[in-house]
Amino acid sequence: MTDTASRELPLQEIDEVIIRFAGDSGDGMQLTGDQFTSISAALGNDLSTLPEFPAEIRAPQGTLAGVSAFQVRISDFVITTPGDAPTVLVAMNPAALKAQLHNLAQGGALILNTDAFNDRNLEKAGYSANPLDDGTLDDYRSYPVPMSQITRDAVAEHGVKPRDAERSKNFFALGLISWMYTRPVEPTLEFINTKFRGREQVINANTAAFKAGYNFGETAEIFEAHYEVKPAPLAPGEYTNVNGNTALAWGCVVAGQLARLPVFLGSYPITPASDILHEMSLKKNFGVRTFQAEDEIAAAASAVGAAFGGALAFTSTSGPGLALKGETLSLAVSLELPMVVLDIQRGGPSTGLPTKPEQADLMMAMYGRHSESPLPVVAPRSPADCFDIAIEASRIALKYRTPVIVLSDGYLANSSEPWLLPDVDELPDIGVDFATGFNGTNEDGDGIFLPYLRDPDTLARPWAIPGTPGLMHRVGGIEKEDGTGNISYEPENHQLMIDLRQAKVDGVDVPDVEVAGDADADLVVLGWGSTWGAIDAAAGRLRDDGHRVAHVHLRHLNPLPANLGEVLRRYRAVVCPEMNKGQLCDLVRAKYLIDVEHIGKIDGVPFTTGEVASAVRQRLEELAGS
Amino acid sequence: MTDTSITPTTQPGDWASDQEVRWCPGCGDYSILTAMRMLMPSLGTEPHNTVFVSGIGCAARFPYYMNSYGVHGIHGRAPAIATGLAMARPDLDVWVIGGDGDMLSIGGNHLIHALRRNVKIKVLLFNNQIYGLTKGQFSPTSEVGKVTKSSPMGSLDAPFNPLAVALGAEASFVARTHDMDRQHMMDTFRRAHEHDGAAFVEVFQNCNVFNDGAFEGITKKQNRDANLIPLAHGEPIRFGADGEFGVIDESGCARVVHTADVSTDELLTHDETKHDPSTAFMLARLARGPFEPTPIGVFRAVRRSEYAMASTRQLAAAQEKQGTADIAQLLRSRGTWYV
Repeated sequence: MTDTASRELPLQEIDEVIIRFAGDSGDGMQLTGDQFTSISAALGNDLSTLPEFPAEIRAPQGTLAGVSAFQVRISDFVITTPGDAPTVLVAMNPAALKAQLHNLAQGGALILNTDAFNDRNLEKAGYSANPLDDGTLDDYRSYPVPMSQITRDAVAEHGVKPRDAERSKNFFALGLISWMYTRPVEPTLEFINTKFRGREQVINANTAAFKAGYNFGETAEIFEAHYEVKPAPLAPGEYTNVNGNTALAWGCVVAGQLARLPVFLGSYPITPASDILHEMSLKKNFGVRTFQAEDEIAAAASAVGAAFGGALAFTSTSGPGLALKGETLSLAVSLELPMVVLDIQRGGPSTGLPTKPEQADLMMAMYGRHSESPLPVVAPRSPADCFDIAIEASRIALKYRTPVIVLSDGYLANSSEPWLLPDVDELPDIGVDFATGFNGTNEDGDGIFLPYLRDPDTLARPWAIPGTPGLMHRVGGIEKEDGTGNISYEPENHQLMIDLRQAKVDGVDVPDVEVAGDADADLVVLGWGSTWGAIDAAAGRLRDDGHRVAHVHLRHLNPLPANLGEVLRRYRAVVCPEMNKGQLCDLVRAKYLIDVEHIGKIDGVPFTTGEVASAVRQRLEELAGS
Repeated sequence: MTDTSITPTTQPGDWASDQEVRWCPGCGDYSILTAMRMLMPSLGTEPHNTVFVSGIGCAARFPYYMNSYGVHGIHGRAPAIATGLAMARPDLDVWVIGGDGDMLSIGGNHLIHALRRNVKIKVLLFNNQIYGLTKGQFSPTSEVGKVTKSSPMGSLDAPFNPLAVALGAEASFVARTHDMDRQHMMDTFRRAHEHDGAAFVEVFQNCNVFNDGAFEGITKKQNRDANLIPLAHGEPIRFGADGEFGVIDESGCARVVHTADVSTDELLTHDETKHDPSTAFMLARLARGPFEPTPIGVFRAVRRSEYAMASTRQLAAAQEKQGTADIAQLLRSRGTWYV
């Protein structure tokens, strides 16, 4: 704390800011970013976040491999992405600067912890000269701040050892940024008190560091202004801030309530899906049973068993796990039992990039099982949409007695946005009835139960759960006779069952697609899943530049919406940005014989608005010229 | 161990499904099926509260022949499917049926984990020491040197001892029986049923097509006295037509002796409730194969927290602490703000 009188700095109003906090993975950058996000949400800004962390838990300190970052964009207008390039980079050490500088917008602000720029750290980051004074940063506005030293001084009076004192420097950074963007201090002080309850020394140290950072901005005379981002015109109502994995987990929990069924989750820990297991494990008071299985196969198999017993069953995983679950899913297809698979896609093949997103499991979700093994596939388009997609997947699974795959990804999983809470009473009823009595007769006219007698509308078979008197029956993976479910190797029956299973999935009730943007444009951008935000923002940017662009975004990938072919045919060009080598393009081309043009990117980083806009712009210009 | 307090509400015939049994004529599976159907009425359960779960293999067809609920799953995964079912429905009587290939090879992992968790499933492993349904390859319990279609010069694989595997996996109930003794099977299955936790029963089962007579050396009537060692809780372990043989603990190894050569108190007294599994392990490994004295019966039956009930207790505790389901509260649990 300093007693220097505060200066009167101009307060500039800006419409948005994109801040990236970067430091060592032990520096608390995720916590810092999260807290800045929370304060901004409470102020009414629209926001979107993008955490980025290494796959290693604690990579060697000070190295490029150990850099952890958190990007948050706050705005006074509605946004759908965390922004392309940060306009402010907070770098806690040389490695963070080296790893992140290329992301920073030209002329962007650099807030640097100069204390960390010693010879040892510079060498670890691979700098041969100190970037603070060799001209590397000439294109940016640099604000050198001796964060470690000021933090140590500030916390000294609280009896914290110098070694531990420096651990509070993330709160110094948070304090400084809070001052720069005129965020209130009280919510963070409350947060510190709650987060570290019972650890007085930690509370005192972090509080002191935070205040020191705030005061530094006010008094240090190195900043020429501070800024204000006014609230965004969001729809009125009550909001919370969720990331995709939390929303997905809540959606699964709530789906059980809406179906009046106990929820079961069989899961094996895997990045980036583990947080779903963690979150659902906290919801035991909802009757949610979570089972950490011995492997991915057992996780899926336990869900099949729970579904047979009458639970709403889930299994959560990522690509490598989905590959392992393939045989079990084909069993679920054959048993025609409801269950939902949550695949949080990550970079591959093999172990690939565990913490980075990709959309390359689409074909595996569609076809990654032996023989003809169709099942519905859905994909959320934003973090908050993960909640709705969990309910939608459960609805389809229950109504049609089928496994359903949800394709989220590592971007949606960890990215967060404000979510206008739904009216609980308006949530759909997705309950179904168990079979309780006979549905057929034998030759003697006695009542019998036919486990594969289908509902003529949905083609779903009855769900008779153990414990129901009189309805004892056996299900299995061997081909079964239509109606009775008895083992059958008859050729005609197999053809019939193959056709029925396909017809059931083809007949799933899927809403028609709606065209966003300029319905009468020459070009439509087709997307699915997490690219929605970037495509939506890119279309907006192009429209601002006088172009006309339509946008169709798929939440249902199998079956595809009935009007999709007709809609796409209205356009001279269909382009499809995907984080893969063209998997949706191939599906749509094969089904509709429409020449969908692929815009690909598989570098472990989500599409930026600029990338989509420039690819689409190029195609628009070609169209205009032809 | 017969419970006389139960009045049967079903007959053995009520437990037979309408499906034609399709095992090879003479297969040992028939006698196991008969024992199970005959046992069921006396257990006090009903067909509609009973589920048989299986994987793949000859044994795995078992559920189709019982008039209960049943799941014929995929190769090796029956213990995992059954675990999910038993967790979701602790009220059910869940049996898992599989062979040595199904449960010790492709499904070995699921078996050991189901046993260590002690989830209330009754696992019957039909051990015939051969792959039957795939027509005669060596299995994980086949002896070294076994000549089969896939091992024309003799198998190089050292076999698993199923009971030792189960004991190593901390199974709380471990037993062995064989397909030539219906009463012994029924008694053993009953004990498994009564056990509050995971029960593992190895059933020596003859595959008369691909491995005929594998257990004849011990299960054939004239060989039983000499080569089957019936385990009885609290009794000294002795066998032979006149009890002329016994088992002693010789420096941590079980060894067969002539009872005439030792004093009675030198004989091992069988204690299935002993928490330390060392003695059970030693007994499980007494015979090198089904050609010398082999213990049968219940090796181990100890009390340990049952998994599904423990899970249910956690749900109750969470409701006590956090209150029952409230969607509105859940959605607000991370803090909210108004616009």
